Amino acid sequence: MNVLEISRFAVRGLTANKMRSVLTMLGILIGVAAVILLVAVGQGSSDSIKQRIQSLGANTLTVSASFSGGFGGPAGGRGGGGGAAGPRTQARGLTLEDARAIAASGDAPSVKSVSPVVTSSSATTTYEGASHSISQVVGTYPSYFEATNKPVTSGAYFTNQDVTAVRKVVVIGKTVADELFGQVDPVGKKVNIQGAAFTVVGVLKESGSTGGQDADDIAVAPLPAVQQSLTGYGSLGSIVVQATSAEVTDVAEAEITAILDQRHDVTGNATADYRILNQASLQETVTEATGTFTVLLAAVAAISLLVGGIGITNIMLVTVTERTREIGIRKAIGAPRGAILGQFLIEATLLSLVGGLLGVGVAVAGSQFTIAGVQPVIVPQSIVLALGVSVAIGLFFGSYPANRAAKLRPIEALRFE
Amino acid sequence: MSSPMNGPMDGDRYGSAGSANRWAGEPMSEPAEGPATTADPVLLIRDVTKVYGEGEATVRALRGVSLTVERGDYVAIMGASGSGKSTLMNIIGCLDVPTTGTYLLGGADVGALDEVRLARVRNRRIGFIFQSFNLIPRMSALANVELPLAYGGVRAAERRRRALAALGLVGLSDRVGHQPNELSGGQQQRVAVARALVTSPTLLLADEPTGALDSTSTKDILAIFDRLNLGGKTIVVITHEDDVAAHAKRVVRLMDGRIVDDRRQAPVDGPPPLVDDRSPTGAMSER
Repeated sequence: MNVLEISRFAVRGLTANKMRSVLTMLGILIGVAAVILLVAVGQGSSDSIKQRIQSLGANTLTVSASFSGGFGGPAGGRGGGGGAAGPRTQARGLTLEDARAIAASGDAPSVKSVSPVVTSSSATTTYEGASHSISQVVGTYPSYFEATNKPVTSGAYFTNQDVTAVRKVVVIGKTVADELFGQVDPVGKKVNIQGAAFTVVGVLKESGSTGGQDADDIAVAPLPAVQQSLTGYGSLGSIVVQATSAEVTDVAEAEITAILDQRHDVTGNATADYRILNQASLQETVTEATGTFTVLLAAVAAISLLVGGIGITNIMLVTVTERTREIGIRKAIGAPRGAILGQFLIEATLLSLVGGLLGVGVAVAGSQFTIAGVQPVIVPQSIVLALGVSVAIGLFFGSYPANRAAKLRPIEALRFE
Repeated sequence: MSSPMNGPMDGDRYGSAGSANRWAGEPMSEPAEGPATTADPVLLIRDVTKVYGEGEATVRALRGVSLTVERGDYVAIMGASGSGKSTLMNIIGCLDVPTTGTYLLGGADVGALDEVRLARVRNRRIGFIFQSFNLIPRMSALANVELPLAYGGVRAAERRRRALAALGLVGLSDRVGHQPNELSGGQQQRVAVARALVTSPTLLLADEPTGALDSTSTKDILAIFDRLNLGGKTIVVITHEDDVAAHAKRVVRLMDGRIVDDRRQAPVDGPPPLVDDRSPTGAMSER
C-alpha cells in the first residue's frame, strides 16, 4: 500500500463530490490569492514611493533655514532642552558663504557637491503670445541638476561660466515647455520671466508629479541671474548638498552640522537656526511605514486563509461522517489505520494544495491590473509562504477529521446507516 | 515484501473447480502473522466470553463458547437475535476481541495482536461477506475486488489479474466495469464473494449472506459456497435460515451466549451435503 495508491483513493473521494470539493477549495483559493495580492499591492506602493524619493536624489541633503526653531524632521535642528533652551540670539539665514564653507572645507570629505538655491514661486512667464505661471523658478549652480536627479532631454545644462557671467539662461521643465511652446522646440528661444528675458538652453526630463505638485512645472537658472532679476540678493532658500554616496549621507550630515554650527555660533543648548533634511533617512522612515502597511494587509488576508482552513475541517468532518460505512468496509477488509488516515489527510491536503495553486494563478493574473492606483509587485516569497501555509492548513485542519476516521471501530462503522 | 506465503494457502484446492488454480496460493506480499501449519485447525476458540458495558448495564453476549473448526469444514452458526451470534462473528472476524478466553486463527493467537496486525490478519486470512454486500459505492466491481489486494500491497498488474480471476470464478467476467448501483443484489453479493476470495484467505466468513437476496440469487450464492467448499475452502456462515444451514457440513446453534447444539451433517473431508455435483458452475453461468 503505497502513497500513490492512497492518493488515488483520495482523488476518487474528492471527485465523488465535485461541487463540494470545488466550493471548499474556493475558500483556500480566496485566502491564498488575497495574501499574495495584498502583499503585492503593499510592495507595489512601497516601490513606487521609494522610486519617487529616489527621483528627488537619493544621497542628497537639503539644508534650509529654520526660523521656527523646530526639532522636527529626522534630521532636525540640533540642541536639546526644548522650551528651556536659551533664547535664540540671532536667527541668521543661509548665505552663499555658508555654501562655500561647506564646499571648500576640508572638514567635509563626504560632500560631493554643494548647490546654493534660491527659489521664486509663481513667476509669470511669456513667450510670444503664450503665458504661463511657473510654480517654481530655481536659481542655483549646475551641480544642482545631478544632486536632485534632473537630467535634460534636449539642449544642455547651463555651465559654471553662465553662473559667473550672470548669463540669463534657463532650463525649463516639461510642463513649462508644453505650456509655452507646444510643439515648438524651446531650445534657443527667449522667454520673458517676470520681465527679464531668459534664453532657454535645455528641457528637463519628465519626472512625474509628486503628491499633487507638478515637479515638471519648474525653471532652473544660474543663481546670480535669478537673484538679479527675481529674488534679490537676500539669503539663500536652501543649500542642496550631495554626498559622495548614499552610505555616507549620515556622515555628510554630521560634517555639515559641524561647519554650520561653527559659522552660526550654535553652541550648547542653543537651537540651530537651520535644519538638514536627509533623503536617506526619509526613505528609511517611509520604507518602515510601508512595511507595516504591507504586514497589516497580509494579516487581514491571512484571516481569510484561516477561514478557508476551517472550511476544510468542516467539509472533511461531513465527509468522514457520510463515509463512515465505507471506512468500516475498508477496515473490515484489512485497511490499516495508516491507510485510512493517509487517505483523508491527502484528501484535505489536496483540497488546500489545489485551492492554493489556483489562488496563486488568480493572484498572478490579478497583479497584471492596477489596484487602487497601485501596480502590484508580486513578492516571490509570498507565493511560497502562502502555498506552504495552505498545505500546512490542509494537514492541520485535515488531521482531526482524518484521525476520527482512522480511529473508527470497524464494527460500529459497519453498523452505521 | 515478496516472500511466498506457504501454510494456510496450501490447503486451497478449489482450483479444481475451474480457472481458480491460477491464483490460488499466489505469493502474498508478506507472510501472515504467527506460525501457521496445515495441521492446525482454522479456528480454535476456547472459553470465549464477551461482556459489554459495566455495572447494571452489563450485557454478557458470550458466556463461554468453545469451538474448533477444521480445515475444509463448512459450518453454519445459527441462533435467534440476541443469541450472541453476531458477537461471535465479530470475534471470529477479528473485528472485536474477546473479554476472556483464547482465539487461535490458523494457530496464531489473535488476542495478542495489536491493531495493525489485526488489520493485516483481516486482510490476509479472512474473507468477509456481509448481509448488505458492503461494496464501496462509485467504484467498479473490479476496483472493489482489487481493494483488499491494494491494502495488502500487491502490485497493480498482479492485482488486476487476480481480481479478474476471482470475478470469473463467481461468473461476473462481463460485469467488471459496473458500479454497485448498476448491479442486482445477487450480482453485488457475488462481487462481495469475489472480494472475499481474492486474497486467498484461510477462512471465508459470511454474515447472513443471503439475508437480502431473492430465492434465485440465494441459490446462486449457496451454490458458489458449496463449490468453494468442495474446492477445500473453509467456510463459516452465520445465519438464521434453515435453508442456508442445510448446505453446511456442520450446524452450531447458539442460545443466550452458549452453544446449545453442535450437529454434523456431513464429514469434514467429504463434499457438502447439498452440493450439485453434476454442474458445479451451471448455476452461475446462466445469469
